[in-house]
Amino acid sequence: MALSKLSSPSSLSTNILKPLTNSFLLHRPISTDTTPLTIETSVPFTSHQCEAPSRSVETTPKELLSFFRQMATMRRMEIAADSLYKAKLVRGFCHLYDGQEAVAIGMEAGITKKDSIITAYRDHCTFLGRGGTLLEVFSELMGRKDGCSHGKGGSMHFYKKDSGFYGGHGIVGAQIPLGCGLAFAQKYSKDETVTFALYGDGAANQGQLFEALNIAALWDLPAILVCENNHYGMGTAEWRAAKSPSYYKRGDYVPGLKVDGMDALAVKQACKFAKEHALKNGPMILEMDTYRYHGHSMSDPGSTYRTRDEISGVRQERDPIERIRKLILAHDLATEKELKDIEKEVRKEVDDAIAKAKESPMPEPSELFTNVYVKGYGVEVFGADRKEVRGVLP
Amino acid sequence: MAAIFLGVGAATALSPSNCFDSKKFQLSTRRSLSGRKPWFLVVRSDGSVNLGSNQRSRRTQQLITNAVATKADSAASTSASKQGHELLLFEALREGLEEEMDRDPHVCVMGEDVGHYGGSYKVTKGLADKYGDLRVLDTPIAENSFTGMGIGAAMTGLRPIVEGMNMGFLLLAFNQISNNCGMLHYTSGGQFTIPIVIRGPGGVGRQLGAEHSQRLESYFQSIPGIQMVACSTPYNAKGLMKAAIRSENPVILFEHVLLYNLKERIPDEEYICNLEEAEMVRPGEHVTILTYSRMRYHVMQAAKTLVNKGYDPEVIDIRSLKPFDLYTIGNSIKKTHRVLIVEECMRTGGIGASLTAAITENFHDYLDAPIVCLSSQDVPTPYAGTLEEWTVVQPAQIVTAVEQLCQ
Repeated sequence: MALSKLSSPSSLSTNILKPLTNSFLLHRPISTDTTPLTIETSVPFTSHQCEAPSRSVETTPKELLSFFRQMATMRRMEIAADSLYKAKLVRGFCHLYDGQEAVAIGMEAGITKKDSIITAYRDHCTFLGRGGTLLEVFSELMGRKDGCSHGKGGSMHFYKKDSGFYGGHGIVGAQIPLGCGLAFAQKYSKDETVTFALYGDGAANQGQLFEALNIAALWDLPAILVCENNHYGMGTAEWRAAKSPSYYKRGDYVPGLKVDGMDALAVKQACKFAKEHALKNGPMILEMDTYRYHGHSMSDPGSTYRTRDEISGVRQERDPIERIRKLILAHDLATEKELKDIEKEVRKEVDDAIAKAKESPMPEPSELFTNVYVKGYGVEVFGADRKEVRGVLP
Repeated sequence: MAAIFLGVGAATALSPSNCFDSKKFQLSTRRSLSGRKPWFLVVRSDGSVNLGSNQRSRRTQQLITNAVATKADSAASTSASKQGHELLLFEALREGLEEEMDRDPHVCVMGEDVGHYGGSYKVTKGLADKYGDLRVLDTPIAENSFTGMGIGAAMTGLRPIVEGMNMGFLLLAFNQISNNCGMLHYTSGGQFTIPIVIRGPGGVGRQLGAEHSQRLESYFQSIPGIQMVACSTPYNAKGLMKAAIRSENPVILFEHVLLYNLKERIPDEEYICNLEEAEMVRPGEHVTILTYSRMRYHVMQAAKTLVNKGYDPEVIDIRSLKPFDLYTIGNSIKKTHRVLIVEECMRTGGIGASLTAAITENFHDYLDAPIVCLSSQDVPTPYAGTLEEWTVVQPAQIVTAVEQLCQ
């Protein structure tokens, strides 16, 4: 494997030369270095009805460090959300994305903010990747005014219109026709942009997926359907739910690509490839082979349908952040200490955001009736007892 | 909010005979509402214009007894100008659609057989040749997904019109209509608007069978965030179609299978009907009859008999099914003190049931008698002609009900 070949001689040399390199290269500008680096993905791509892209991915030290930082932020955010939920500050449903960060990060690296992303309810990290702030995330989770949906959406309804993030949807599979609609609008306005509609292996069995795929292929829409295959649809393993687990082949006449979803660079390569393909040839399916460490949601311990050994095995061998950390250390882009410092900074950022979010106020009672309609008609509304919450629909 | 225009500038009183050019006025915006004292130009369904400020919230205003000066049995929709042109209801819908598609390049139509086939009720005939395949889209038979696609496109600013070949088929798209269409504006904190129009024919036709004779207005009425309107004449069909397309809210426009071939003379100049307003069909003194869509014609037929028997019913076509125009309805109840609701929905949970509740809550003190609601029977619509007649309210039953109510 390319990675192991690189690591052994360099680790020897870094061990010997560590004090010397540190003193010589104290002010190397690692975080803004843009000299290109070519790295091979962990496994080759498997393709269906198309040519697989090459295994070698172009990247830069700056990009790798930004991957590390962002993924560390996402991981910390999800773990903090876990503790907030257990402290009963976050209620209802909370679906955590830790373990799958590479998909969100790699996708962002391969596309622009003008392209659209739409996903299901496991949307905290995708929202962050699209430019959301930690404060908006935590405020929305706790139902406060400063949240991205002003506290009215909750964990499953994060949206960011100005950077093309269309949510955040609770019903399994319903976001796929919406995503094809976004692609239709992009084709209509001749934007040269694409839409990534994400769904899970559970939603891959929904009829509306195939309906939407048919229409997208028929009308040549720039839609890319991405199956984030974490192998479990809530408590049902994929072999118990799907007769054919090769989700990338399910499009039949629609080309598909299977990607290692724990390798951010592979995801980046695949998304770039898919964008070019979709702009020329219509829809495509990407299957990201990934894994979630938490259960389906906070009410699911995650260990009744899979063994703890399996979870810790994946964590040791395939963890996306560890992979980037090893890459960075192997290519000598930063030291262990610098990476640990980044993680400490990230931890502090997350804690600060939580503290600030806790101070944010709850929405006003009159907010109950805002944004039901656009430009309402001045009708008076009452609460259930006809005395409180009297307001005029805006 | 289609037909309430903020008048910027001089307060010229438009007489109904003037040509009403809707392009001259700006649509009201929140910005302009906050600064100055708002005053509105309200275009009523007959083309007459009222100047006033925020009429909606003042229920204690003077009763408008003659909102429309009409003959007793003709449709109340003729505007003042007699020159107009005659057409059928589906042609009126098409005219409205075409004018809006000309006006705004973001408007597109999607549905089964709307393009090359011309629409199963010919509403979209000729549009595909004129606007091309990207604006008039033939979809495969996949209601759930193409309604979802319409909503997704609307999130980005496009204004799609989704046609259900029969309203009953939209039951397959209920998830998309309820969760995504109705709720996205709210759950996104106002970030996304869904200016979509979902339209199609519904109601009981001529022996079409149970599954093709459904009244979906009763299923959709609880969904927060959508507006529902039902058209009944060529005049209001065109006006409501245009208003629905221009509205920023998702609007469901209910047409009726049996009304597509109604002929009427409509004005040549451009006009829009107010989405939230009811139409006064026939003013009267003794009893208020509330109805919509096809039942309007059964009521008008019954009204002829009633007039011969000496009664003076006031007939209101409620048009706006969500929200109800309680202003017009309330004024009428304060005058007549008796209410009869005639609808095509089923007894349980229909529009009539909600309307009864709304009227009782708001106007209980003005009622001299309990509200009578005539609706269809709670059965799947049978195929046999005679049985089908008995499921739907007939004029004779309306006459009997009025006689009993007015004792």
